[in-house]
Amino acid sequence: MKVRIPSALRSYTERAETEASGATLAEVLIDLDRQYNGIRFRMVDEQDRIRAHIRMFVNGVQVRELDRPLQTSDELVIVQALSGG
Amino acid sequence: MSTQTRETRPTAQGDKGRRIVVLVATRKGAWLFHGDTSRRDWRVEGPHFLGHVVSHLVLDPRDGRTLLAAAKTGHLGPTVFRSTDRGRSWKEASQPPAFAKAKADEKGRAVDHTFWLAPCHANEPQAWYAGTSPQGLFRSDDGGITWRPYSCINDDPQYREWMGTVQDGTPDGPKLHSIIVDPRDPKHLYFAMSGGGVHESLDGGKTFAPLLKGLDVVEGFGFDPAQPTYHDPHCVRMCPSNPDRLYQQNHCGIYRIDRPSDEWVRIGKAMPKRVGDIGFPLAVHPRDADTAWVLPMDGTQVWPRTSPGGKPAVYVTRNAGKTWQRLDAGMPEAQAWWTVKRQAMAVDSCDSVGVYFGTTSGELWMSSDEGAQWTCMARHLPEIYAVEAATLS
Repeated sequence: MKVRIPSALRSYTERAETEASGATLAEVLIDLDRQYNGIRFRMVDEQDRIRAHIRMFVNGVQVRELDRPLQTSDELVIVQALSGG
Repeated sequence: MSTQTRETRPTAQGDKGRRIVVLVATRKGAWLFHGDTSRRDWRVEGPHFLGHVVSHLVLDPRDGRTLLAAAKTGHLGPTVFRSTDRGRSWKEASQPPAFAKAKADEKGRAVDHTFWLAPCHANEPQAWYAGTSPQGLFRSDDGGITWRPYSCINDDPQYREWMGTVQDGTPDGPKLHSIIVDPRDPKHLYFAMSGGGVHESLDGGKTFAPLLKGLDVVEGFGFDPAQPTYHDPHCVRMCPSNPDRLYQQNHCGIYRIDRPSDEWVRIGKAMPKRVGDIGFPLAVHPRDADTAWVLPMDGTQVWPRTSPGGKPAVYVTRNAGKTWQRLDAGMPEAQAWWTVKRQAMAVDSCDSVGVYFGTTSGELWMSSDEGAQWTCMARHLPEIYAVEAATLS
């Protein structure tokens, strides 16, 4: 599926959009990390919680659970949000 | 104590041909200041990691080339960057410090940021320790590429109780800091926690024990000074010329301990009463264990944590804390409300020792004559979190 990458993470992907696969959000993030080593830990902590200032949207709807099922046709948008000055 | 007695007293090697690099970690990136031992002119290099919160930037004294940077951004989780060419290129750790995954019925901790980086013993050339917020101790054995939780303390119920919750820590989060390796014995370790006290290991980190005797706790609340949770060491330094001597800047004053004694002595009582002995950073002389520098801050009422009276000064003792001398020549005489964080003061090892500190208002100050005269090296940097000074041959 298509994954849109925020500017803060483009040092890993070197592009604004990429592709990743998986049946759940967790699997897609693992696939992203396989392609871009280290990117997942910047977004998800060691207890599998999405970090405080990272937001994930699937087809425009915010998703907070890593076990959320995804379809190949979905679009995942990762957003950096609200971290202050 | 099972420490060996090999002589480790550093000696002045002469300054000819040596260079200084001052490593400045800030809330918005890192800078390196390069100079020679005259320390009159500096070439600035940076920013590195612009926009990253860099809590600590350390040059490995064992090879003089490897740099580790503890970093995160406002949005992204924590990581460690590594350079093996003194900052010309960087690569991220493949496995940054992270706590173990909690069991299904437990609420696990997550590293918010790596706060403190410490090279291990000279005989362990690839090994590093890291202290984190919330309090955790980590170790890398491959030069900072992969990190693992180290020792029992991260998950030990007693240590977790002493660490407290996020609410028990500093405004930036509770921290494990001041990781110290005895140069005579790699199994002899110290670390400090804000909050949680000072702790010592004699078995390479398999076990730790509190080292609190003689330290005060905040008065008037009935706190038990035997309980580590009530102790807030701000900065602990071991004297390179005498590893049996440590100095501590604590929430409750300035202390010294001479091992094998297990009792800290409050040497800050000799500071002028109008200044007090509250502060955060502390630095020790590389060759004279009787000499240490502190930068007092206002710890009255609401704890402004600024220069007392808006008149900044470093204080030095040259007799292990019996007396203190004010050193402020060159500093502003009034209306300078500096705050200097615990890891933002350092010394070099030149014949006439250079002393450096960085303020939260982004000024980098130095003295090339052990504090007699001060000059401002840089202004307008972001909030300075850490300063280290390395002497290169």
